[in-house]
Amino acid sequence: MSNFISDISLQIDLVDIVLLTILVVVAVAVIRVRDLFEAVVLLGIFSLLSACIFTTLDAVDVAFTEAAVGAGISTVLFLATLTLTARKEKAQYSHSWSGFIVCTLTGGALIYGTLDMPHFGDPDAPIHQHVAPRYIVDSPEEIGVPNMVTSVLASYRGYDTLGETTVIFTAGLTVLLLLRRDRRSRDRSASPPTAETTDRRGSHVMRHAMVLRVMSKLFIPLILLFALYVQFHGDFGPGGGFQAGVIFAAAFVLYALIYGVEAAQRVAPPARVQVFVALGLLLYIGTGLASLFAGGNFLEYKVLAHEASHGEHIGILFIELGVGITVAAAIINTFFYFAGRGRA
Amino acid sequence: MDTFIHLASWLCLLLGCCFCMIGGVGLLRLPDFYSRIHGGGVTDTLGAGLVITGLMLQGGLTLTTAKLAMILLFLLLTSPVATHAIARAAQHSGLKPQVADDAA
Amino acid sequence: MFIAAMLGVLATMLLALVRALKGPTVYDRVLAVNMFGTKTVLLLAVIGFLTGRPDFLDLSLVYVLINFIGTIAILKFVEFGSIGSNEEEARA
Repeated sequence: MSNFISDISLQIDLVDIVLLTILVVVAVAVIRVRDLFEAVVLLGIFSLLSACIFTTLDAVDVAFTEAAVGAGISTVLFLATLTLTARKEKAQYSHSWSGFIVCTLTGGALIYGTLDMPHFGDPDAPIHQHVAPRYIVDSPEEIGVPNMVTSVLASYRGYDTLGETTVIFTAGLTVLLLLRRDRRSRDRSASPPTAETTDRRGSHVMRHAMVLRVMSKLFIPLILLFALYVQFHGDFGPGGGFQAGVIFAAAFVLYALIYGVEAAQRVAPPARVQVFVALGLLLYIGTGLASLFAGGNFLEYKVLAHEASHGEHIGILFIELGVGITVAAAIINTFFYFAGRGRA
Repeated sequence: MDTFIHLASWLCLLLGCCFCMIGGVGLLRLPDFYSRIHGGGVTDTLGAGLVITGLMLQGGLTLTTAKLAMILLFLLLTSPVATHAIARAAQHSGLKPQVADDAA
Repeated sequence: MFIAAMLGVLATMLLALVRALKGPTVYDRVLAVNMFGTKTVLLLAVIGFLTGRPDFLDLSLVYVLINFIGTIAILKFVEFGSIGSNEEEARA
């Protein structure tokens, strides 16, 4: 017992076991529950638990992103989708045995495949012998940024991050392509919303929700400020472009929830937001091109200034800004298109 | 002085956990939705407040303590508003509280 | 002692989870999820102190704000979606 009290890793193991058990219980509940709304609410709990587990595994940046995206934005988007479809899942009276067998065989094959891999956290695993020591030893001198996750993400693996940002840009573009045509055809056929309906819905929100209105007026600036803090503090602590973009978008989502999507679209017109989706990616690629013109390779930041680590700092600053802008704009855009469709 | 602060922080942490658990049991055992809100309210304000105060006493006068103070401030601002919104939405959709003459 | 605090918060999370799984009306579940969220904030802060890395407090801070947004979103969509037939479901 005294061993347990003095050994922190044993305590963290206990917390891990409890959290993972709850995770399994919640996952089973999500599958078994018939009402989709309750499933969405339970998925919020699931993502909270995932964030806690990532924290006990010491992966704070990942937990940060999971907390911001999973419980906030994902829940909002699921709910926006739910307003368009039925709320209860259709009852399934036939069970598919062939599906069950295929899943079991595939899962078994995957588990058998992992038996060959090194143990979880094994210090002799190849990744801990070659790649990780190189980053850990050389990152302080070459890049000089205290948060090593940022230096790996933004500088050593800059191409991967460029790919991720392109994926987010493509996702935003796809939402636009798929959903915009629908809106335009519907706007042409239906009558434009009269001032009366907008007023009625808007005034229903505003007349009764004074507490929410006042408190959200207090919070939205704080959330925006916190997003900026996370963006620029990503060099020193957990944070960075992705998390900051999500938190920034969350502020706009809050405004749209309290005051209505029309009011939010007056603040952030969708056309301008779409420009920003592309602008962030252009900033990222532009930094790479700037280092090409300065005489180095694509995305080699150290040629951007006289001293190598200053160049790295400048490069990381600009690309994180690009990532943040693209992520924020893509999420705001997606939310506007999802939430705007429910009004009919 | 140091042991006093250490002891005070332990006391705050343990009391905070006790109040959190009391609130959790209340959430389970109280009969009606509107009374369960009180269970949640106890944990969100008193339980959370004591736990965070205990952590603040451990931290001393550093940036960590300032961040904990901000967390406490935000918690105290957001939890009552969220609870109010839940109760308001429940009332608007017609959920009626259980009054004594219903049971009789 | 941090481990006792952590176990206490975990126990509260379990209780909130039972209410979220059981709750007859949807508002019980929303209340339980909201409480779960604030307990996660406490858990993250205590884990941060336990492992000696107070950077985790940024995580707690984000969580307080996101929990609020999530709860408001759920309530907004319940109100928007509760036009017509869904009202009886919400009452049941």
